[in-house]
Amino acid sequence: MSHSFKARVLALALAGGLAAPVPFVALAARAAPAQAAATVTVRIDNFVFGPAAITVAPGTTVTWVNQDDIPHNIVADDKQTFRSKVLDTDESYSFTFTKPGEYGYFCGLHPHMTGKVIVKAG
Amino acid sequence: MDQHDHSGSKNDPGRRGFLKCMGGWAGAGALYSVSGGVLSSVALDAASAAPAKASSFTFLQVSDSHVGFNKPANPDAAATYKEAVSKIMMLPKKPDFILHTGDITQLSKDQEFDDAEQIIKAAGVAVFHVPGEHDMLDEGQGKAYLDRFGKGTKGAGWYSFDHKGVHFVALINVANLKPGGMGSLGSDQLEWLERDLAHRPASQPIVVFAHIPLWTVYADWGWGTDDAAQALGYLKRFGSVTVLNGHIHQITRKVEGNIAFHTARSTAFPQPVGGQGPSPGPMKVPTEQLHSMLGITTASVVRGQHDIALVDDTLA
Repeated sequence: MSHSFKARVLALALAGGLAAPVPFVALAARAAPAQAAATVTVRIDNFVFGPAAITVAPGTTVTWVNQDDIPHNIVADDKQTFRSKVLDTDESYSFTFTKPGEYGYFCGLHPHMTGKVIVKAG
Repeated sequence: MDQHDHSGSKNDPGRRGFLKCMGGWAGAGALYSVSGGVLSSVALDAASAAPAKASSFTFLQVSDSHVGFNKPANPDAAATYKEAVSKIMMLPKKPDFILHTGDITQLSKDQEFDDAEQIIKAAGVAVFHVPGEHDMLDEGQGKAYLDRFGKGTKGAGWYSFDHKGVHFVALINVANLKPGGMGSLGSDQLEWLERDLAHRPASQPIVVFAHIPLWTVYADWGWGTDDAAQALGYLKRFGSVTVLNGHIHQITRKVEGNIAFHTARSTAFPQPVGGQGPSPGPMKVPTEQLHSMLGITTASVVRGQHDIALVDDTLA
């Protein structure tokens, strides 16, 4: 598959993903805050988290979607703050970040895959 | 068929040194018995056993069967695994046993493990497993694998056994992986390995098998094991060491001192050469080419020869 074709598929998937509700939002440590909660999507494509680093406001829910033919998962660097079950193709996982800070994470199957969520107000 | 026995590869200058360094290899005597593929009694202490000459035998390596995989690169990985087992059953010499170097299943589901066991059972010989990262995906992060294959093993599932004078070591490098890292053995396993090898004569042939390569094939894709150097340090005094890995779904070979490294083909789908594709994921090839990129590896231990010959056969 050429990169440009893949990019177009991605763009389509992105458009579709924004229109449709995320199928299983779960495991959030606490309920979403009262103010309008933002959602940010990180896509897993070709063994890469994209974008690899994101900055969000407290209360933001980050959803990871696996677009590879190979399963991945999402594990906080400390292996405690969050850890998804395995995500097969097209499956997703969401976590709501309530506290400011830097949250590094990786794929527990392919640990060379790393990403970061920076949570800060304002 | 790719043939690369250790005795005469022209394009591998390292082999000569490899052969020169190896002495005779009367192995340590040992007892073991296998029940349903599970090692039920460990080797006798090498020092207390009467030396037994290694005798000729063959064993098989299969890898990366990914039972449950059904994506475009191979819509039915169980079917090609069955074909691999049929190939084993048709070999002129029945192997003494099979080593499976991991990624037995695609998603660690019970049904996938069940199907995989049923398929390999048809070969009619004992099977020794190590898990790949795909076999660690249950809620218990490897508990499903250990419940099935971990009887008599230590830690995340490591073990060793002797067979006809050759010492076999199963290492686990897919557990407790660290962010940004590659495969990992961990200090507990390394300590165990050091003890396991400590009293063995340097003349005893050693076969080490693990899922992820124990040398760095391609770091950017995580194709290596972070703390492998320590393990290889314990192995380098032995005259004949064969390291069998999977994970990368293609044949690679390397000789370093007395240690011969080999990775096997998958029975499920090929992957690109390191760095030569968009990712280390499944590589879709034309259907008529798929079987020529899948395969099994036969290892021949020949009495009186110092090397273990490895022959890779495709499923074509």
